[in-house]
Amino acid sequence: MKYLAALLVGMFCGAAALAVVLYYNPFVVSNNLSPLSVTDSEVVHLSYSAAASDSFIYTNDGESQISPHPAKVLQLWEPTVRQTSARVTQLFDGRGSAAGFGVKFSSASERTSLLDGEILVDSVWHIYLPERGSLFIEQTENYWNYARDIVVPAYRSSGNNWRGIWLGNITHGPGALGTAWVAGGNGQFAGIDMEAVEALSAKAYSVADGPVGVSGEITVELQRRERAQSLSSEVQPVPQGQ
Amino acid sequence: MIKTFIAGVLLGVAAVGAALYFIPVVDQTRESSLINVIPNVGNEEVFHANIPTDRIMIGAPKQATPLPVGLDWPDDALLADSRAELFKIRNARDAVVGVASRIAASSETGELVEWVLHLPARGSVYLLMQSGLQDGGMRLGALRAGTHEFADLRGEASEQWIADTSGADDAPAGRIELRARFASIGGRQSQ
Repeated sequence: MKYLAALLVGMFCGAAALAVVLYYNPFVVSNNLSPLSVTDSEVVHLSYSAAASDSFIYTNDGESQISPHPAKVLQLWEPTVRQTSARVTQLFDGRGSAAGFGVKFSSASERTSLLDGEILVDSVWHIYLPERGSLFIEQTENYWNYARDIVVPAYRSSGNNWRGIWLGNITHGPGALGTAWVAGGNGQFAGIDMEAVEALSAKAYSVADGPVGVSGEITVELQRRERAQSLSSEVQPVPQGQ
Repeated sequence: MIKTFIAGVLLGVAAVGAALYFIPVVDQTRESSLINVIPNVGNEEVFHANIPTDRIMIGAPKQATPLPVGLDWPDDALLADSRAELFKIRNARDAVVGVASRIAASSETGELVEWVLHLPARGSVYLLMQSGLQDGGMRLGALRAGTHEFADLRGEASEQWIADTSGADDAPAGRIELRARFASIGGRQSQ
């Protein structure tokens, strides 16, 4: 009997040790530097508040941590969309002026791997900027660092919240350097394929309400890219007047 | 007993490691794709949104009755000529398979009508529609970009309002039908 108990205690300790190693995995580092920060091309900066209550609407299955907003919005409870959220939010330019709005659909990715430090979300943005045109952004986001640095500490906090300063890129692909893929739709962006990076800046997180002091920033590089070869290909400047 | 404990530790590490490796953390529910093969055209798939039941949001200025209730859409000049809508999207079997956004606007950059269909287990498509309507109220468009399952596809799409004629008490007013005809272009690396 004591050998069985030793085995079970050992298994528990082994499982706990692995969890600790994965949580503090030194090979998973914060991604604070955007690959687009060194670009010579023109960039478009768009920012938004990640708090659900600051969005025009935010909806999910209605049972997740973040409550839909407004309260009576249709919820995504059907099995095929239960792990999906939709957000419509106002977007602001680099000077803080209203620039347009964006629709973001996010779905938990089946490629999520906790062993690799990847909590992946497949998301797309449908963006309309009245004075410039429209964009479609495809990206895979990795929320591992966000969860490790903000969400877990919030749960461990006696006040069930987290306060601090955290900045990190959440875009994880599909670009070779961890960039999102952008397809221009209409207006200035018509017919152009570009790249982008989305970053989150967090100051406060509540277990009850989710991100309450978190803002997002999308940086779009206005330079034509060949999609198949992504960053490895020669780039061409965007034609004037397009 | 120490040896048993150490064996237990190793077993615990191996068991949790194997579980994390082999058991998927995320398993999206899938509906069977209902696709017709159109000779010399490609694969045709029909989606629809029942109106009003599948409409999640209408974002437009000065609405008498906002949808959803409580929506505070800005009433500024910047968005005066634009309209954003969100829907649940169903397949031909009337099962919800995803969500979609439709943006319509007219501005200095011209008129635009666009759709993004997001099917969680399959990918997303970005459709650019023509501003004018065809006979029968059909609007034609083209696939601008796709992700995952749709990444290697090119093709056309159409949207059409189809009023309900069943007369049933619980029937919707009608549906917006999206007919997508996509074919593989091949050669491009998948994401």
